[in-house]
Amino acid sequence: MKVPADLYYTKTHEWAKVEGNKARIGITDHAQEALGEIVFVELPQVGDELSAGDSLGAVESVKAASDVYTPVSGKVVAVNEALLSSPGDINADPYGKGWMVEIEMSNPSEVEKLLDAKAYEELLKEEA
Amino acid sequence: MIRLRDYEPLLNELSVPGRRGYYLPECDVPGKAEDYLPSEALRKEDAPLPELSEVDVVRHFSRLSDLNYCIETGIYPLGSCTMKYNPKINEYAASLPEFANLHPMVPVSAAQGALELMYKLQKYLAEITGMDAVTLQPAAGAHGEYTGLAIIAAYHRSRGDHDRVEVLVPDSAHGTNPASAAVAGLKVIEIPSDSRGLVDLEGLKAALGPRTAALMLTNPNTLGLFESDIVEIARLVHEAGGLLYYDGANLNGTMGVCRPGDMGFDVVHLNLHKTFSTPHGGGGPGSGPVGVKKHLEPFLPVPVVALSESGEYYLDYDRPQSIGRVRTFYGNFGVCVKAYAYIRRLGPEGLKRVCEYAVLHANYIWARLREHYRFRYDRICKHECVAMPTKEMMDNDVHTKDIAKRLMDYGYHAPTIYFPLIVPEALMIEPTETETLQELDGFCDALIAIKKEALENPQVVKDAPHNTPVRRLDDVAAAKNPILNWRKLGNL
Amino acid sequence: MPYIPTTPEETRRMLSVIGVEKIEDLFADIPEEIRLKRPMDLPKPMSEAEVKRHMEELANKNKVLINFIGAGAYERLIPTIVPYILSRWEIYSAYTPYQPEVSQGTLQMIFEFQSLMCELTGMEVATASHYDGATAAAEAALMSCADTRKHKVLVSRAVHPQYRDVIRTYATGQRIEIVEIPIKDGRTDLAELEKLLAAKDVAGVILQNPNFLGQIESMAEAVQLAHKAGALGIAVFDPISLGVLAPPGEYDADIAVGEGQSLGLPLSYGGPYLGIVTSKERLVRRLPGRLIGATRDVDGKRGFVMTLATREQHIRREKATSNICTNEALCATAATIYLAALGKEGLKEVARQCVLKSHYAYEKLTSIPGVTPVFTGPFFCEFALKTDKLTPKEGYKGLADKGFAAALDLTPYYPEYEGAMLFAVTEARTKAEIDALAAAMGGLLA
Repeated sequence: MKVPADLYYTKTHEWAKVEGNKARIGITDHAQEALGEIVFVELPQVGDELSAGDSLGAVESVKAASDVYTPVSGKVVAVNEALLSSPGDINADPYGKGWMVEIEMSNPSEVEKLLDAKAYEELLKEEA
Repeated sequence: MIRLRDYEPLLNELSVPGRRGYYLPECDVPGKAEDYLPSEALRKEDAPLPELSEVDVVRHFSRLSDLNYCIETGIYPLGSCTMKYNPKINEYAASLPEFANLHPMVPVSAAQGALELMYKLQKYLAEITGMDAVTLQPAAGAHGEYTGLAIIAAYHRSRGDHDRVEVLVPDSAHGTNPASAAVAGLKVIEIPSDSRGLVDLEGLKAALGPRTAALMLTNPNTLGLFESDIVEIARLVHEAGGLLYYDGANLNGTMGVCRPGDMGFDVVHLNLHKTFSTPHGGGGPGSGPVGVKKHLEPFLPVPVVALSESGEYYLDYDRPQSIGRVRTFYGNFGVCVKAYAYIRRLGPEGLKRVCEYAVLHANYIWARLREHYRFRYDRICKHECVAMPTKEMMDNDVHTKDIAKRLMDYGYHAPTIYFPLIVPEALMIEPTETETLQELDGFCDALIAIKKEALENPQVVKDAPHNTPVRRLDDVAAAKNPILNWRKLGNL
Repeated sequence: MPYIPTTPEETRRMLSVIGVEKIEDLFADIPEEIRLKRPMDLPKPMSEAEVKRHMEELANKNKVLINFIGAGAYERLIPTIVPYILSRWEIYSAYTPYQPEVSQGTLQMIFEFQSLMCELTGMEVATASHYDGATAAAEAALMSCADTRKHKVLVSRAVHPQYRDVIRTYATGQRIEIVEIPIKDGRTDLAELEKLLAAKDVAGVILQNPNFLGQIESMAEAVQLAHKAGALGIAVFDPISLGVLAPPGEYDADIAVGEGQSLGLPLSYGGPYLGIVTSKERLVRRLPGRLIGATRDVDGKRGFVMTLATREQHIRREKATSNICTNEALCATAATIYLAALGKEGLKEVARQCVLKSHYAYEKLTSIPGVTPVFTGPFFCEFALKTDKLTPKEGYKGLADKGFAAALDLTPYYPEYEGAMLFAVTEARTKAEIDALAAAMGGLLA
């Protein structure tokens, strides 16, 4: 199970990569493995305003659908449209080609409330 | 043994240009249809429908039907689906030409038989559920849920109670409950179950408040357990200003013994295609009548079937507080005819006996399986019980899905699986009252044999089914690249 | 006891395996205060023979009339094989195909239904069925709002009044605004439609063709106007009319819904009927209810499964595209058998006979002195008339007394057309019956 050290995490298994006032968001390796083969991804529209904890979209396997919640508030500035035709990228490369959206943060201090890699690893241990 | 064909081409693959399966009488009035219609309104090309002879059509559907399991084949123990035998007298009644050929817009004087049947069925269902008034309009259970919740929303609005928009739904509820609440524009609040598998009273209290519109409850719940705190639950919800909604999917587990109206429910929906023996048709049609207490009667959908003082049945449209229509005409009348015939055949004692034997049979299955499977709630149940594979089976990587598939090799349909969501690896078994002891034993023996296989030769279970017309299907490919009509088949 | 096979001896055996003494012990957890301590107040049981007689007596209280009423439900010639095949219990008593390996019959029949609906309408995808035409139209309205993220839907006043009622009921909960498009001479007023679209805040535009008044609408123009304003074009169609009329796919509708009762289902006093929901492929994830897809099994053999189920209530719960679970699968199967029997030529013939017989009736009735048409535009099989002497109520009752269901009063639905009576003529009527209707009408006016 990969948990890259340079990312932030949520208890609902999203990751955020923060650069300046932008955050790139996806679901974790653990989340993709729990879901199984992903067959469909639903994404927001560029320009949507989201608050931390809002659903930004969903990922679906054959038997389950999971909402994906944004860890931070702000405006959607990019979505990974490639996922619409190859949702399996999330399974193959959850932290790379499997990213879902980029958000321009309206409140960058929210990042401090997220889990770091170590805390997320602890969480995974507890849940196991 | 003769092996029946287990592969049937599609209609378009059977089509031969020039064949016809039905010939109309020759047109006895003159003219050319296209002359009466503006040319821009006409279709440019004929609809490319397949062309088959009558024999082609009959054989095609005959062969396809041979690929189905049905209630006449054997036990169909889907939990919460109440697959009971469909009496043939009911089918006869619904096909009577004076019912089957009756247009919904004829004058009511020409439909007195149909209206009398609907009126009486409304009364019977009100008595069975302990409610004051019933509409037969909803076409299915979920449609009934929507109707009931729309009534609840309209009731709160009529009292100026505009903040009551939250519907409490237990985590063990049918998926239709939250979905119907959402369609009715209400917000869903999930409430937890406790260690007994019943509504957690503390969780309920915490969720109740000035925003509560209603609590939706199935009783017996989806674990097959009776919510024995129901009187206290009803008191709490009513005190908080909310109403109680009864999901009637599991009425077979209490019918004649205790009634939702007496438990404190304000609204119920029933599934005539479950409790009242009408067939499921491979997915429908159903019928989802809704019953309400007096204070909600003004909100029922229009029209309501009523009886005038002069003794004529009529359709009452003069109901200013009604939520409006939820479908065309008056409901799935043909289904109502069957349910009516069923109630008349059984009478009050018979309907109570239905419940008693549905419960007896479910408990017999629990008692026979409890040494072999796990039961998280290992106690007397109502109309259904929820089993799980044991740890040793899971250690051999045999899961609920594998057990379900292997049952088919033994000639039995699988129970509902992976539901309710609060029981991992659930096998939800509802045998109904119409099964024989021998059929119940055969089904239990098969599950016990499968357990043995899971421990000794797990691969045979994991590869199941082996003997069905098709084997496990690739549902990932089906979802990734959906092929939803025959034009998209390619080389499949 | 009917339908309960377990004998007293077997009951005892089962109780002892469970470890209780009597059946009542299984209900011990039900609080005393809510138990029903009396038998339910229902009529006493009947034998099967008595039920049979009773049901026949009830049925005979209905009067058989020669039917010239449509209004969303049509008497048709139904090939005998349709009810015969449907009476196979392998078809009618199976459940929703949750276990595809033992449900390929149902699954393939529904896949064929979806395919036939696409062929008929020219649309790209069709669902496994919906409750009826009206609920299908309501779902289409909700789909258009979800897709465009707007909250206003325009519905032509010429759409079936009950459909409009149902759309309004559903819209109430969803806080969707429904605005009626006015009609002019029995057809949707497209100039008014254009005005209503000007603010570009509309999610969908719903027209019915042929409309409730029988008139043929300018569907292509209406859909174009909708698209120009960023709204979806939604058509409510009559499947039989598509034997001759342009299908929704040809005029670029985004969603097309209809009532499928005409495809082999008996009138049955209003139900069960068949909601047809079709759309462009782009909207497939927003469709309500079940979809069947083709795939392969582990041996490479073709088979069918329920697919894209994550849209549905049992997985998505409150976020599902619709709450529908039980649908009208058996009715969809009836439609599949009906269309298979009629085929390409048969359907065209049914549609043509509807046109010819209804126009013959129209000529016959309007040649009676004092009878005039209400609208002048082209129609498919339904038309409105008025007379200088009879109120619609008198016409409806007078004709019923003479054995005809005809002359439906339009006044409750369209006060602006006071005095108008609606007639429908399908392929099921003969020239002799039409002549008899005209004679009866003439008699009432004489």
